[in-house]
This record gives sequence, structure tokens and C-alpha cells, in this order.
Amino acid sequence: MENPIISIRNLNLYFEKQHVLKNINIEIPHNKVTVILGPSGCGKTTLLKTLNRLVDLHDHVKISGKIMLDDKDILVPNIDVTGIRKKMGLLSQKPSPLPMTIFNNVAYGLRINGLRGKRKLMPLVEKHLREANLWDEVKDRLRDPASRLSIGQQQRLCLARGLAVNPEIILADEPTSALDPISSTVIEQQFAELKKHYTIVMVTHVLRQARRIADHIVFMYLGEVIEQGPAREFFNNPKEQKTRDYLKGAFN
Amino acid sequence: MRKLLKTLEERFFFVLMAGSTAFLALLLLMIITIIVYKGLPSLTWEMVSQTPKGGYYFGREGGLLNAIIGSLYLASGAVALSLSISLPLALAMNVYFRNRKKLVNGIRFILDLLWGIPSIVYGAFGFTIMIYLGIRASLLAGIITVSIFILPIMVRAMDEVMKNVPLSLLESAFSLGSTRREVAFKVVTRQCFPGIITAVLLAFGRGIGDVAAVLFTTGYTDNIPTSLMDQTATLPLAVFFQLGSPIPEVQNRAYAAALILTVIILAISVATRLLSRKFHKTSIK
Ligand SMILES: Nc1ncnc2c1ncn2[C@@H]1O[C@H](COP(=O)(O)OP(=O)(O)O)[C@@H](O)[C@H]1O
Ligand SMILES: [Mg+2]
Repeated sequence: MENPIISIRNLNLYFEKQHVLKNINIEIPHNKVTVILGPSGCGKTTLLKTLNRLVDLHDHVKISGKIMLDDKDILVPNIDVTGIRKKMGLLSQKPSPLPMTIFNNVAYGLRINGLRGKRKLMPLVEKHLREANLWDEVKDRLRDPASRLSIGQQQRLCLARGLAVNPEIILADEPTSALDPISSTVIEQQFAELKKHYTIVMVTHVLRQARRIADHIVFMYLGEVIEQGPAREFFNNPKEQKTRDYLKGAFN
Repeated sequence: MRKLLKTLEERFFFVLMAGSTAFLALLLLMIITIIVYKGLPSLTWEMVSQTPKGGYYFGREGGLLNAIIGSLYLASGAVALSLSISLPLALAMNVYFRNRKKLVNGIRFILDLLWGIPSIVYGAFGFTIMIYLGIRASLLAGIITVSIFILPIMVRAMDEVMKNVPLSLLESAFSLGSTRREVAFKVVTRQCFPGIITAVLLAFGRGIGDVAAVLFTTGYTDNIPTSLMDQTATLPLAVFFQLGSPIPEVQNRAYAAALILTVIILAISVATRLLSRKFHKTSIK
């Protein structure tokens, strides 16, 4: 692949003695939607959390290998972790708004980057809420606590908040699995729009969703990468037996 | 038969529960009744607006303003001092050392031990330190002693709330590129604000009501303290001294002092609850 934005080399991860990621090698293309596919428990979430070093929060994690981002290995111990995280927004499975107002949730992302003052913040808050297709629903209630929004709205708020940090990459961990069909569709459409400016890495175990939005696919099974490549090739002409079984719905 | 046992069992636990609740309510009612019944007649405006005049302790004129102000100074000072240590410590345990379970559990264990030590031991400890450093009995010595005594209470009370901050909330804050300080002070503190208030309240109540920690450290005087190095009277000691008097009138004033103490704690508790409710709205459930 030419100039992948992220390339993962020989990544191994253990939780205590459990070998969760097994010798992972992945290349993630620029400004495309890369979908990480695989049955639940195969290590997709762990892989995403390794990308932005959220696994640091856990006890007893052992990692080896490299993750190259802009030609720098982000797994070396003394790297600027907050800087890496700012480059990657994360949308988790269950939306997790911050304990503050709708406005402040989005402004939080802006303030992290040093922006101050309501007059500067307001237009940007609006811009990112529009990017997440939430503005029209919340423009009259920006002072309400974020916890009062519906789950689908909360997820879009989290997207807006993530975009406010101005990342290059959006990591999304089954971002629609807790949402109603309409909110799911909105999120999917936003991703198709956002990939013009962002690299998107999305985890899912829903095949239909992967078919709808993936440009590139990484298929994982029990902690290993079985097959990866352009989506069309993956779906039309899978090389591995396990992939064919999976596409037929053999394990889900 | 099985069914009968089941019903009996349920009946039994219901009676047990209702019984204990009633017992507790009755106990509280009795305490308040006794304090009000014995204290209210002696509770004059003079009592809360004046310092003791000559002969106060024989039942003559004057009041307990010195002890009221002294107690408020002491408890506020101790809470402020203790808060400035316990909030960062509780945040450190739950944000900074999130991935160091063993260390954090060690700290919890030590704090629980400290919590269990009776306050008279803190009083004696404070007294020893005072003598060693050559400080006289004073408001400052009392504040330091009480703040040490309420520290484990405050830290553990905050810790219990912060422990329950969902990992997903921490993850989402960190994944935005927040530093640990930002997560601690902007997210966790806000999320736990009602719990922090409760912890402060709990510590304030323990601090203002304790006799043993101030017995050797604050001294006792009829004047309102004007500096940290002054001696000070406190309400619990005022209760203690007056209750020991053989004069019935003075004994009744002890109940009045207890009533004042109770009202102060009640007022502060209501005020802080209202304050914390304002912040509870934005907390994530
Ligand atoms: N914090 C953790 N501690 C221990 N084991 C974990 C932890 N997180 C995930 N695991 C284990 O790692 C494996 C992969 O989990 P995960 O990455 O969540 O899978 P997926 O997202 O594909 O469903 C599972 O077996 C899970 O039990
Ligand atoms: Mg998962």
C-alpha cells in the first residue's frame, strides 16, 4: 500500500496471561473508511484502544511490536500520549458524554487545544454540531445537560466533540450498535461525508454495515488478522477459507 | 409447606426491617426531643449573641458566642486544610494511579486504619507534636489536629464515589487528548461533585462535633479568637464542661449548646445539599 497513515507491525498484546492480539500486521489507508470486521471477542476493541493508547489505563497489559503513525512509533514509552490521542478521535460503543452541558461538551474539545472565550467558541461549536448532523436538534437547548439527550443524539454529540479536537483519524468502535436505525443511518452517512477530510477506522461485527460503508477491510478472528484488503476484493473474492465461512455467516 | 415457609420468611424480614427503621426513627426523635426539651428553655438570644461574662459558669449572665464562633472557625479551617490534601489524593488514587491497583488498595487500607483510630489518639498525637514544636494550645493547633483526624474520612468518602466513575467516561475524556490533570479536575471532580460535597459535609460534622481532638489542643477561653495563635472555645467542650457542673441551670445550658451544635450541622447540611443538587443535573448516570 502506498503511504498508509497507520501501519501496525508485529503487534502482540497480553492481558495478564491472555494473548489477546496475536502478531498483528495492518496497514490503514489515508482518507478511507477502514472497517475492522470480526466476531465479538476477537480483539477489535482492544486493537482500537491500543491505537490511541487507551490501554494504558488498564492494569497488567503487556504490549510488543510497533504502531507507526507519521513515521513515528507511538508505542515507545516516552512519547507524548495526549498528542497522539488528539490526532485520533474515538467514538465508543456506548456514547459517553461528559458531565456538563451540550455546549460545553463540544467546547471541551476546543478548549483542550487552547481556545478560550465564548465568542470564539460559539461558531466552532455550531460548525462541529453541524458536521455531526446534530445542530438543528440542539440549537435551542445548548445549556441543557448532555445526559438529557437521547442515546442517538448523545452519540452524535460525542462525534461533534471528537471533531472539535481537530483529529486526523476517527476511531469508531461499533458506534451504531446501541442506536436506533435512524440514528445509525445518520452516523453512517456522516462517515461517508467525513472521509473526505478524515481517515476513519471503524469496528463492526455487522456484515451488512461493512458492505455499505467500507473501502478497506481488516478481518480478524480470535486475535489474529485473517485477511485484509480493498472491500470489493474482500467481499467478491475472499482468499481465505475462514473469510468465506464468515461471509456465509458460519460464526457470528 | 414450602410456600408457607417462604411467606413466613418474608414476613420475618419485613418485620425486622420495619422494626429497625422504627427503632432508628424513635432513637433520633428521642435524642432531638431531649435536647430540645432540656435545651430550648435556656436558649436565649443572649446565649448566642454574647460571650461568657463573669459568673456565667455559675448560671449568671453571658452566652456562648465564643464557642460558636470558635467551633465554626475550627471546623471550617480544618475542613479547608483537609480538603486541600484529600481532594488531590482521592483524584490521584482514581485518575493518576488508575492502573496501579495494588498501590491504590494499599493507600485505601492505610486510610481505613487511620479512620478507625479514636479521636482521642489524634488529640494526644497533636498534643505531643505541639510540645515538641513548642506551639501553645491554639486555634491553629486545633485546626491541624482536627484536619488530620478528618482526613481519612474525607479521602475515603470521596474515593468511594470516584471509584464508581464509569471507566467509559474516563476513556472518553482521555481519548479527547485530555491530560490527567484535566480529567481529574474538569471531568471527575464535576462528575463527583455531589459526592465531594457529601464527603466535606461528613468531615465537617465529625470535626465540629468532636471533643477529644480539641481537648488538649485548642485550650479554652471566654474570648472570641482573633488570630490563629489564640486559644479558642468550642461547642463540644462547652457542652462537656457545663454538663459536669452541679448547678442544674448550667447543665441545662449544656443542652442548649448541644442544640446550637445540632442546628449548625443541620443548616450546613441543608445548604450543601441544595448546592450539590445544582451540580447533580449534569452528572452522567
Ligand atoms: N481490560 C481487560 N482485561 C482483561 N481482558 C480483557 C480486557 N478487555 C478485553 N479483554 C479480553 O480480550 C479479548 C478481546 O476483547 P475485545 O477487544 O473487547 O473484543 P471485541 O471488541 O472484538 O469484541 C476478550 O477475550 C476479552 O475478554
Ligand atoms: Mg468490542
